Amino acid sequence: MNPHSPREYFDRAQQKLLQRVLILGSMVEEAMREAMQALQQRDFTAARRIYVADQEINEQRYAIEMECITLIATQQPMARDARLLAAMLEIITELERIGDYAKGICKINLLMSEAPVDSTVMFNLKQMSEHGLGMLHRALGAFVSQDIAAARAIPLEDDAVDMLYNQVYRVLLAAMMAVPGSVDRSNHLIWAAHNLERMADRVINICERIVYVYTGEMKELDGSDGLQIEDNHG
Amino acid sequence: MIANTPDPSAIQAQSLSVYYGDFRALKEVNLSIPQKKVTAIIGPSGCGKSTALRSFNRMNELVPTAHITGEILFMGQNIYASDVDPVEVRRRVGMVFQKPNPFPKSIYENVAWGARLNGFRGGVGHPSMDEWVEQCLHKAALWDEVKDKLHQSGLSLSGGQQQRLCIARAIAVKPEIILMDEPASALDPIATLKIEELMRELAEEYTIIVVTHNMQQAARVSDYTAFFTMDEDRAGILVEYGATNQIFTNPKDSRTEGYITGRYG
Repeated sequence: MNPHSPREYFDRAQQKLLQRVLILGSMVEEAMREAMQALQQRDFTAARRIYVADQEINEQRYAIEMECITLIATQQPMARDARLLAAMLEIITELERIGDYAKGICKINLLMSEAPVDSTVMFNLKQMSEHGLGMLHRALGAFVSQDIAAARAIPLEDDAVDMLYNQVYRVLLAAMMAVPGSVDRSNHLIWAAHNLERMADRVINICERIVYVYTGEMKELDGSDGLQIEDNHG
Repeated sequence: MIANTPDPSAIQAQSLSVYYGDFRALKEVNLSIPQKKVTAIIGPSGCGKSTALRSFNRMNELVPTAHITGEILFMGQNIYASDVDPVEVRRRVGMVFQKPNPFPKSIYENVAWGARLNGFRGGVGHPSMDEWVEQCLHKAALWDEVKDKLHQSGLSLSGGQQQRLCIARAIAVKPEIILMDEPASALDPIATLKIEELMRELAEEYTIIVVTHNMQQAARVSDYTAFFTMDEDRAGILVEYGATNQIFTNPKDSRTEGYITGRYG
């Protein structure tokens, strides 16, 4: 090991970046977990705090982006180095968007009146978030451990999230039709469910990038989305 | 197996080995270079890339101990066949070297000399020598800079201009292939960029094969890239050959990956 070798400097810089992406990932996971808890408990103080804290996630993302750009400009990465930096740029964008979903759920929480959320709906929303967060956590693990098989397998779990989304959607739609006064509230909750459903989709994008980094193969890992939409509205 | 490209071939090495005395510098290379494209040859020092380049126009023969086995097919014909004139091969497969080497003659004469030697006759239906010199200097992107001083010495030009003059000189004998051995490594970044631009322009009319140590240069200018390295006997071997975009984003061989990302050795 030669500490002055440019190659080793670059390796260390990439490792540091990978650490920062992981930290960003945990910030996002934490935000989503807390946002869901605040929704369940109708805790407006927590919701406001998480809403504001999204700024820190955004700042982290920009800082990592700047570092990636600096490495691209100064190191002229090629092959897997190039794929890794390009993938990081994508992954941090996906993470930041998941952070936005957590923020969105806090906003929904604040917008809804004080009454508790229907327990079945809340149960399903929690299940959706746990599924999605589990996928996210394992995807980031696969990124670090270069686990291509895991990155390919995680997207298959999206079906379960989509099914829960359809369930929540139907229940809330039925509630809107039965109790006209619940339209606003149900609509908000559909948005919350939508955010959770999108979170899982973004995890799939992250998995696609992981496969790309370690194999050079760039392709979609899940095609079931369109069918689900047909099911909803067809 | 010959490493192929989808484009029609200009020149093909078949089981090409090159020896300097007993030492095998290049081992069993199979490579098909496409017409009117820029093909870059990259690899560490001593991997035989210049040897490969020089075998494409029988330049290696100028080294007394050098000999080859295998074949190099140019337009379907083995250029090493006994009835082939090496001088004619070198006219059709021109070469530009690392260090610009204009003749100690005027700019005009640098271009006209080779053309004249190769039987250039201006006249009815053909450009005159003056017109031809101008055309070649245009093609080498040098005309505007030298048109008012054609009779000054070629050596009075800057390094980058001298290199473009050498390219004009190479073009003047109407080659089909131009071999370039590190053509920009002695030049500053601006002059380098001009040479790179010129390579792209020339590829519309000629097949360009360039040996370079500068991987960014290979990535910028070439359509195809061949990566050479040394095997355990220190003989040069072709490791991987493919579209430049593929080689630099997703090389198939770990030795290529190691080299282009600086992890080699």
